[in-house]
Amino acid sequence: MPYGINETMGQYSELFMLLAAGTYTVAFIAFAWDLARSSKALNAIDLRAAQASKAGTEDGTRIPVAAGIATAAGSAGARGESRLAGPADRAERPTSASASGGNAAGGAMTADGDMKYANVRRAPARVAVALTVLGALIHGAGVVTRALGAGRVPWGNMYEFLTTGAFVAVAVFLLVLIRRDLRFLGTFVVGLAIVMLVAASVAYWTPVGHLVPALQSYWLIIHVSIAVLSSALFTLTFAMSALQLVQSHRQKTVAAGGTDKLGFMRLVPSALSLENLSYRINAIAFIGWTFTLMFGAIWAEKAWGRFWGWDTKEVWTFVIWVVYAGYLHARATRGWTGTRAAWLSIVGYLCVVFNFTIVNQFFNGLHSYSGL
Amino acid sequence: MSERVNIKKKSSSPEPGTKVSDVKADAALPALGPKEMFRWAWTQLTSMRTALFLLLLLAVAAVPGSLFPQRPANPAIVTQYIKDNPSYGELLDTLQLYDVYSSAWFSAIYLLLFISLIGCVVPRAIAHYKAMRSQPPRTPKRLSRLPEYGTLVVPARAGLPASDAIHSAAGLLKKRGYRVEVRDDDGARPSLGAERGFLKEVGNLVFHTSLIGVLVSVAVGGLFGYSGQRILVEGDTFVNTLVGYDQFTPGTNFEASRLQPYSIQLDKFDITFDRESEGKFGQPIDFTAAVTTKENPDAPARQETLKVNDPVTLGGTSIYLTGNGYAPVVTIRDGAGNVAMQGPVVAKLQGDNYYSSVVIKVPDAKPDQLGFAGFFLPTAFVTDEGVSFSGDPELFNPQLTLNSFYGDLGLDDGAPQNVFELDVKDLTPLNARNLDAGGITLGPGSSYTLPDGKGTISFDGVKRYIGVDIHHNPGQLYALIFALLAVAGLILSLYVNRRRVWVRTGTHEDGRTMVEYGLLARGEDHRLAAEAAALRKLLAEEWQLDPDSAPPQPESSQQTPSHPGENSSGSGETARPVTTPAGPTGPEKDQ
Ligand code: HEM
Repeated sequence: MPYGINETMGQYSELFMLLAAGTYTVAFIAFAWDLARSSKALNAIDLRAAQASKAGTEDGTRIPVAAGIATAAGSAGARGESRLAGPADRAERPTSASASGGNAAGGAMTADGDMKYANVRRAPARVAVALTVLGALIHGAGVVTRALGAGRVPWGNMYEFLTTGAFVAVAVFLLVLIRRDLRFLGTFVVGLAIVMLVAASVAYWTPVGHLVPALQSYWLIIHVSIAVLSSALFTLTFAMSALQLVQSHRQKTVAAGGTDKLGFMRLVPSALSLENLSYRINAIAFIGWTFTLMFGAIWAEKAWGRFWGWDTKEVWTFVIWVVYAGYLHARATRGWTGTRAAWLSIVGYLCVVFNFTIVNQFFNGLHSYSGL
Repeated sequence: MSERVNIKKKSSSPEPGTKVSDVKADAALPALGPKEMFRWAWTQLTSMRTALFLLLLLAVAAVPGSLFPQRPANPAIVTQYIKDNPSYGELLDTLQLYDVYSSAWFSAIYLLLFISLIGCVVPRAIAHYKAMRSQPPRTPKRLSRLPEYGTLVVPARAGLPASDAIHSAAGLLKKRGYRVEVRDDDGARPSLGAERGFLKEVGNLVFHTSLIGVLVSVAVGGLFGYSGQRILVEGDTFVNTLVGYDQFTPGTNFEASRLQPYSIQLDKFDITFDRESEGKFGQPIDFTAAVTTKENPDAPARQETLKVNDPVTLGGTSIYLTGNGYAPVVTIRDGAGNVAMQGPVVAKLQGDNYYSSVVIKVPDAKPDQLGFAGFFLPTAFVTDEGVSFSGDPELFNPQLTLNSFYGDLGLDDGAPQNVFELDVKDLTPLNARNLDAGGITLGPGSSYTLPDGKGTISFDGVKRYIGVDIHHNPGQLYALIFALLAVAGLILSLYVNRRRVWVRTGTHEDGRTMVEYGLLARGEDHRLAAEAAALRKLLAEEWQLDPDSAPPQPESSQQTPSHPGENSSGSGETARPVTTPAGPTGPEKDQ
């Protein structure tokens, strides 16, 4: 017999969610302001620098990273046997070690490739992060009170998927921020969290309630939490891959002598650094998704008596898995690293979004009891 | 970012006797015999590009299965769909879009993918086996060109000859898990090659091989498994024999003799309804079936609980709780006054709050066979317009409303009939709302006498029933094992770093021992720099040096040896301490 429900807690939870959304909105503005201001400041510095040394831009330090890799790999005598060790068209992947020093890539100004915090103080960004932390705390309180109100884990219907999912996305973002300066993703992540919270409250509002028996299983805790976590990571890599495309385009334009129309992209690391970090995050998320798939199958076996039945939700979980497997492959396939891999990462994320929104709502299947 | 790759491609110019794959595809096509053609096709199929293409194709091909109704899931919906869309319904059927996952095209894609995978994994496994047994590659002439490079200087007073230094470095690397080979240790420039992280490729191979294992396990399950359904009213017992099933789906290679004759009896079935929340008031939140099981007819009986998400396993099968409902108990006497039928009648769910339909066929009634069709409502309400509905799922006001018929039920010719439907075509109505006699409305304990002396019906009480699915899938466990293996391999493959380290030592003419080292990663490795730093620290500790005394190249500098453009290697050299033992002018002796 499940725990009793507590409507008052549920009401507190809704209040917290609204407060969190409000805080995020202010944080969002701060992040946007930071982008605008920093790009302006950088612009000014640039202008001055350009005036100071009109001619001497080709200082010889801007060697395409690619050259370094090719030489390094070749000189090690690894060339001959790398053919033995794998398919002929396996690409030597760009390692992060050679990607540091992002400014070298392509010639356009970009942020530090290590994505470590620089010495420059960006006051608006600090305010934005502080606000995001505050918002996340309130949001976390909302998630916890929801759980207390319902007497179970807070991910049993669309409203709860959205509110908890948004919280996890923000929390993962903040956790990564401890190690890496990904503040350039702030507008995206916080903006997404706002959209999710608003959508939850407006379109999917559901009062606290019990779960249908089919969802009452510890597998709900395991399977869904891993799925939400992986999705949060995919969210980050989606944003990074999108930025990678923009940055790569910009670097090419600038390298070809075009004008730099996307000044704010100077806050963003080079395309190669973005690619490398998103690869690492995608690798973690892919393992997570593999577990999601497996645990889902185990749960399906317990609940419905078959571990795989090509239910719509299963189909899309599989499609996502295969797309990201394709992404990992692409990163190791000659001619498919870089831009094409980034596109795969984006397509994979679009599938995640589709699986969550359209499939949950409009497709009939065994999973369609998610509380609509 | 493709320039990076292009450079690599150019730099690896094919040697004589290279595989066909190294030659451009279009160039390899002309003038090939059948054997060469096959080899060409095989190399194409097992290339990374093809694997990637097939993977993406597989993703795309899986999608239609979620857009169109699928036969295996629900054949009736497919039939209806074709009827509803006469213009293209049939066409989709010829394209196998209602059986996507067993269709020729979907199978072709995944079979090709798995053939490609085998063709990919086997040669790689062989190559890796060889690599694991061979010595680390020879020491490159110019360590300074490696992505990570550094030098250390041991002062002359330490009295550490070059060969001792190389051996102590070898010891350290071995302790760190490297496989080490020392070269030329009595020469002037002793060096060592070290490598670690072979598990990376092992993990990758295990991962891919396990995927084949999962596929085979699933296929085995389809061949040797079976599944079936059965409805059990409280008190009923199911015995695992073919006749015990209401519905049975054997696998391709199923043999009835494999069924173990266990039994399971439903003693009691309890439902808890939500009485707390407003939105979901009256929704079931817990189903619990108390059952008595016997492994075989002579085995001792055991009490077990069957719940949703908590199947009972018995005799190699799993038994799942998949449905439930009410079964009103009735007694029907025929015109002669004999009991023609007595017992629970399974009512089929139709609407909210267990609003269910009831069909009773009484073939034993004499002189005429009797049939009843109507509804069962656990909590009956009747609106002002006379429409009845069920107000609650619990048995607060149970009611049975029936029409009755007599005549030939058509059961005697042996053709199977749906027990939940009454074909009234050949029957004469006795009771119906539009007849004089009206319909039959019964509460528990009441009875009704049919017109024309056809008999009586009494409503004695209500029992609950459950629907169970019974599955046997011999491939399941293996699928799980392979899936776990795959994950383990995946994690190894993504998180083990395969690295090579080379160290070279030499004695300067002033007696100092010069040490240089370089690191190279195979594949993705973002921690190579950290490894270089760790090694440096270890070496410095071993020789009691200050690790920062001859600092490695500042990492952020553009002039590190890791980025030597064709002409910038000179500038790279100058950034390094002049005491470097090897370099462009250093001894050329290797190995
Ligand atoms: C069932 C289809 C396949 C799936 C789901 C799949 C999935 C994956 C995944 C997730 C990875 C990255 C993790 C790792 O490195 O272990 C990977 C790597 C790899 N796969 Fe596959 N793969 C499939 C088929 C193939 C085929 C047919 C080939 C051969 C052409 C292949 C060759 C490789 C290689 C060489 C790597 C290692 C890349 C590297 O790290 O350098 N895979 N695969």
